[in-house]
Formats: sequence, C-alpha cells, structure tokens
Amino acid sequence: MIELQNVSKTFTLHNQGSAVINVMSDVSLSIKAGECVALTGASGAGKSTLMRMIYGNYSTQAGKLLVNGVDVASAEPREVITLRRETLGYVSQFLRVVPRVPTLEVVCEPLLMIGQSRDTAEARAKELLTQLNIPERLWGLSPTTFSGGEQQRVNIARGFVHTYPAMLLDEPTASLDARNRAVVLSLIQEAKARGAAIVGIFHDEEARSAVCDREIDVTTFSPVAA
Amino acid sequence: MNDQAYNFAYLDEQTKRMIRRAILKGLAIPGYQVPFASREMPMPYGWGTGGVQVSAAVLTPEDRFKVIDQGADDTTNAVSIRSFFQRTAGVDATTDTAEASVIQTRHRIPEEALREDQILVYQVPIPEPLRFLEPRESETRKMHSLEEYGLMHVKLYEDIAKHGHIATSYAYPVKVEGRYVMDPSPIPKFDNPKLGNNAAVQLFGAGREQRIYALPPYTDVISLDFEDHPFEASKADHACDLCGSTHSYLDEVITDDKGGRMFVCSDTDYCEKRQAEGHTGRRSDATQLQEVGQ
Amino acid sequence: MTPLLSVKDIRKTYGSHIGCTDVSFDLYPGEVMGIVGESGSGKSTLLSCLAGHLEPDQGAVNFDTRDRGLIDTVQMSEPERRMLSRTDWAFVHQHARDGLRMGVSAGGNVGERLMAVGDRHYGDIRSKAVDWLERVEISETRVDDRPSTFSGGMQQRLQIARNLVTGPRLVFMDEPTGGLDVSVQARLLDLLRGLVRDMGLSAIIVTHDLAVVRLLADRLMVMKSGRVVETGLTDQVLDDPQHEYSQLLVSSVLQV
Repeated sequence: MIELQNVSKTFTLHNQGSAVINVMSDVSLSIKAGECVALTGASGAGKSTLMRMIYGNYSTQAGKLLVNGVDVASAEPREVITLRRETLGYVSQFLRVVPRVPTLEVVCEPLLMIGQSRDTAEARAKELLTQLNIPERLWGLSPTTFSGGEQQRVNIARGFVHTYPAMLLDEPTASLDARNRAVVLSLIQEAKARGAAIVGIFHDEEARSAVCDREIDVTTFSPVAA
Repeated sequence: MNDQAYNFAYLDEQTKRMIRRAILKGLAIPGYQVPFASREMPMPYGWGTGGVQVSAAVLTPEDRFKVIDQGADDTTNAVSIRSFFQRTAGVDATTDTAEASVIQTRHRIPEEALREDQILVYQVPIPEPLRFLEPRESETRKMHSLEEYGLMHVKLYEDIAKHGHIATSYAYPVKVEGRYVMDPSPIPKFDNPKLGNNAAVQLFGAGREQRIYALPPYTDVISLDFEDHPFEASKADHACDLCGSTHSYLDEVITDDKGGRMFVCSDTDYCEKRQAEGHTGRRSDATQLQEVGQ
Repeated sequence: MTPLLSVKDIRKTYGSHIGCTDVSFDLYPGEVMGIVGESGSGKSTLLSCLAGHLEPDQGAVNFDTRDRGLIDTVQMSEPERRMLSRTDWAFVHQHARDGLRMGVSAGGNVGERLMAVGDRHYGDIRSKAVDWLERVEISETRVDDRPSTFSGGMQQRLQIARNLVTGPRLVFMDEPTGGLDVSVQARLLDLLRGLVRDMGLSAIIVTHDLAVVRLLADRLMVMKSGRVVETGLTDQVLDDPQHEYSQLLVSSVLQV
C-alpha cells in the first residue's frame, strides 16, 4: 500500500549561507495493507520528516514514494489532494482549523469532502465524538478553545471519520488519559482489521507494542557523515 | 411676418443640415442616441433647447406649428417657443393637434391619435436611461452597444422592493425594436403605450446633453417590466371635471385652501374640443381654470 | 481531465517595467490556487490579465466554456468576455465598494446578475436574493437596506453573494479578506471554504496573507518581480519551501 523506493531528502537553507542538510538518503521500505509500522529513533532522527514526505507535505528530492500506486514525490498537487481526500489520512499532533468552526463540523468535513451526505457524515462524527468522550455540549463549539487533550481527541475523530486505506499517525496517544488511549488503540485495531496500512510514531511503548506489527528505526536512514 | 434679421428658423443652414443628418441617423437606428453639435440657443438650458433645434431643422415654411408644455398650449414656455418660430420662421401656429404638422412637446403626448404626416418633437432633459445607475458615460455607451440592460431592471426592482409596485411614473424606460433601451423623456407612463406603433415621426432632442434620438413611424416600443409586475399605464382614477373624459391623462388642480380640488385633462386642446362637442364634467360650470381658482 | 483554465505564457509590461512574465499553469475543476508574493510582485497584474481586466502583451488564457470547450479569452470578443464575467466567472474585489452598487439595496445587488442574464420575475429574483443573503449569513430583514449601512465584513459577504448567485465555475479573488479585522476574516474564510466545497468552485486567490492561502488554497504560486518562483501544494510550499524567496517569505511571518 505504501512503498518507498530509494528515497532521499535534503533541506537547502538559502537564507543561511545555502547550507545543505542531508536528512536521509536511499530509503526503501514497504507497508502492506492491514499492517501497522512504528517509526522509531531519537528526536530529530527524521521520523516526522519521513511521515510528512509520505503525506506530500515535505518535498522529496530523489526516489519514488508510492501510496496506492500514486507517486507522491512527482504527482501534481491535485493528484496529491485527491489521494489525501480519499486514500491517505493523517493525524498530526496539532489541530489546525479555521477559528469559529464548530467541532461537529470539523469532524464531518472529511466525509463532506468526498461527497457523503450531511446526515451520514454527522451520524458518523457523533458516533466518534461519543466514543472519544467529547461531551455533547462541546460539539457546537469551536475546538480552538478546548484543552490540549480535547483538541487531540477531536483531531483523532477527524482523522478516523473516513475509513482511509492508508493512515499516518503522529503520536496519536500523547496527552491522553488511559481511558481515551484505549479508545484510540481500538480505533487503530479496527482500521488494521479492515485492511488499512498504518505508519505511526508512538513514544508510548505500551501503545506501540499493542498495535504495531514491526518497527523501523529511521536512524539507519541518515546518510553517514562523509 | 418672418423676422428677416435671422436665417429661416433661427439656425444657419449648415447647422440645420448637421442636425438633419443626426435625425436621419437616429431614424435609421431607432432608440440609439446620436451625438450632435448642440448650439447655444437664445434661451436657457432646460427650457427646450434640444427640442427647439430639432424643430428648427425639420420646419418648412408650409408647416403649422404647435407647442405644448405638459399638455397645455398656453403656458409661458409653450407660448414663447411658438412665438419664437413665428418670428424666425414665419410659420403658422395652431393649438389644434389635428391641424398641426409639427408639434413640439414637453413631457406629454397629445391625446388625439397622430397621423403619418405629423412630426412630434420631444424636449429631453436627460437622454441616458442608465445615467442614475451608472454615472460613467463610457460605461453606459458600452452597455448600450453590448445590450447589457440588466441594470435597468435593477431600478424597477428597487421600486418594487421599496413601494410594493413599480413606482416610476414618468420617464419610464422602454425597449425599442427589441434592441435599444430608451428614455422616453419625462412623459407620464400613461403615455408610454402611444410611443409604440405610432403613425407619426417622433424625434427627441437633448440640447445640454447634445443627443438626438428618434422613433420612425410604427416602431415597436415595449415598456420594461417584470413578469409578475407587468407594466401599467396608470392615471388618476377620475373623470375630467370639465369634459367628463375617462380615458385622458388628468392634472390635479387645487382650487382653494380648504382641500377643494378638481381633475382636468392635461391636454388643453383635447379638453376644449370635447367641451365644444358638448361633453360635460362634474364642474362644467367652471369653464375657465382661473375662475375656479378664485 | 480537461483543465478549467489553461494559462500559457502570459506577459504584461508597463513600458520597460515587467508587470508579470512567463506565467503558465493549468487549473482543474474544483481546484483553489493561491498566488502569493509581496506588494509589486505582479500578482495583481496577473489576476487582472486572467480575469480580462487587463490585456496581456502576449499569451493565452484558455477557459473551458460550456458550449465550445477551451477558448482563449484574450482573443474573445468583448461582448463574449463580458458575458463570461457575468455568468461563469466571478470577481471578488478587495474593497467591497468596488464590487457593489452602494446606492442599490442588498437584494438589488444580488439580483443584478440574475437580471443581467435575463431573469424577469421579481418574486423569483427576490427569493433567490434572500436565499443567497442567508447563505452568506446576512439576515433577510436587511434585504432592502443599502450596503452603505452594512459593516465591512457584511459588505464583503454581500459581494460574495452577488458574485455567486449565477453559479459561476471560476472565482477570482483579490485579497478577499484584506482590510477586515481578524475575527471577521475567520468567519469569511470559513464561509468561503464551505461555498467552494459545496459548489465545487474553482478559484484563484491573490493575497499576501499566508494564513489565508493555507486555509483556502489547494496549491500555491509564489511570485517575485513578475515571475513565478515556486509552485506546488500549499502546505508543501509553506512547510518545505524550496526557492530562496519562498523561504524568506515563509520565515518572515510572525508566529502568534
């Protein structure tokens, strides 16, 4: 489902003496449908960078980065957008929304974007918000005013509202209490069970061992300093 | 009794030719505003300088000339324009609509049906129907040339939104031969149906604005409206108090300071003819308006 | 898939000064593209060339017309182009008063585009106008008020309603949230996002506000000195800019 072939990434900082930073080179890996893979490595090793590259958020300098057959590294913006809309979900650590939009609307949006009816979208969104213990009185309010944990749960609800065949999870259980962490892990299990390919970053080792089939240490991707 | 110090009908021949060319162009493109080099006339703008120049260009020594001001032959404006052409062109004047061959009018169309051998000359203050909605002349000309007339209906829309019906009661915009939107000069909308399919030649002159436009005989003229708010040629819901006419345009005349009023035909010639034929109204005793006022 | 708008090699100069040059791109149905750059970068000149307000010195702006497919709107006759800009195109000005008739009621402003394409039923026009006012969150009770009595944010929403009432397929926006205070901006952006999604609109948005494009645009074009220096997915250009100028632009934004 997700396949990387000889992928390399550099950052060129034009405004800082054109410094070139080689982040990773010649990375090849493959994640099958129904598989959950954890990226590991110390902070700054490139876990988030790799996730962002798969999502198309960061550019890729060399190699192929296939998600469901689409090469994210070379695809047109609209192809990447279609991919993100239909195939590739991403739960980031931070919720980024237009200020005054109500929570229920935020969670519904991915389904509305793929043309689902408002009724279907709202029913599914309400189900997830209930599951994630967001009290109903908050649904009509904008999540920008919520606590960190509540925002993270809204973010997860939004990420899981559509049954994406491929998902990227960046610390989905961080800042959650035990009860909500269990809900998130069961959501991940459900996604795996329906055949989603998942790449995640889990600092929480317990969570990692509960849902991940294998680990990939990104430290090995860093080019050896010449 | 032509006043020999002036050329026939005051204007020099070259000027009259220039105006005739504008008139012919106007007749060839009904409703289209033709620019012309309007001359200074011996009267102030707003007193019919455009109409006077058009009349001067079409008058011949054989013509019988009639002037009406809001339907009346006897107001200052009508009297002075009539005497102006009597002096400068030596033409015969008349107040009888049927007898006249050229009729200059301010803000009315005579009640009596016109004939093919008659010319009706309108005095026009503002020829551009789009002016109050779009002040830029460059833009309104473009709108005419591209037939972009949505704006005209915006004006009518605003009327209905504000008053519940189309409250525009004079200078009511019309579409000519399905092409140009035209301002019929500030005639009451009661007169609008007479613009279309009229046997006479209708010429419009705007002196200050330097525009001439025209309707040749039997031109198709439609008053703009909405499907659910159709055009209505309205008038005061009364009969003439002098001649009893129920189908002519009426003026309201205040007769005293105790709320007394009467309605009389605005077309004085029409009213007088009817009275002469023996028609009477509610106040036929008051044969002279002046007497009524006293 | 046929692009909705296919721009080829647009160039516009003012004497020896380059307004914009070498601009080519395809915009597909449903896509929202942002054009960013500093003042004087040529983004507004480009938008004017695309929308037919300025005639480019060279190049083609091909639009996928409903009846005849891709047609170069630069070569089109003026009546055709003006018809297009009343029907399939819309233009949202930065200053609402440039896009509204200030002396005409809100309902009349929205209704004008309908009457311009031949609607002649007052009741229908009015109910469509009211419907659109509600869609842009203006109360029906304001339908007969003039825009001069509206707040800046309301005027801008009215301008959007006026533009969208004929169901255009392509909307040009020039700094649509410029000049509005921040809370009003957010509301307007949310509204625009919903309309773009529900109507499947394509849009080209010129702005210097990177937050606006992040929320509205699928893809981004960065301009400097009349030239396009970088294009790509909006979040990619903003989070991993490649060109020197884009990096400077992104790093210059104050973080709140």
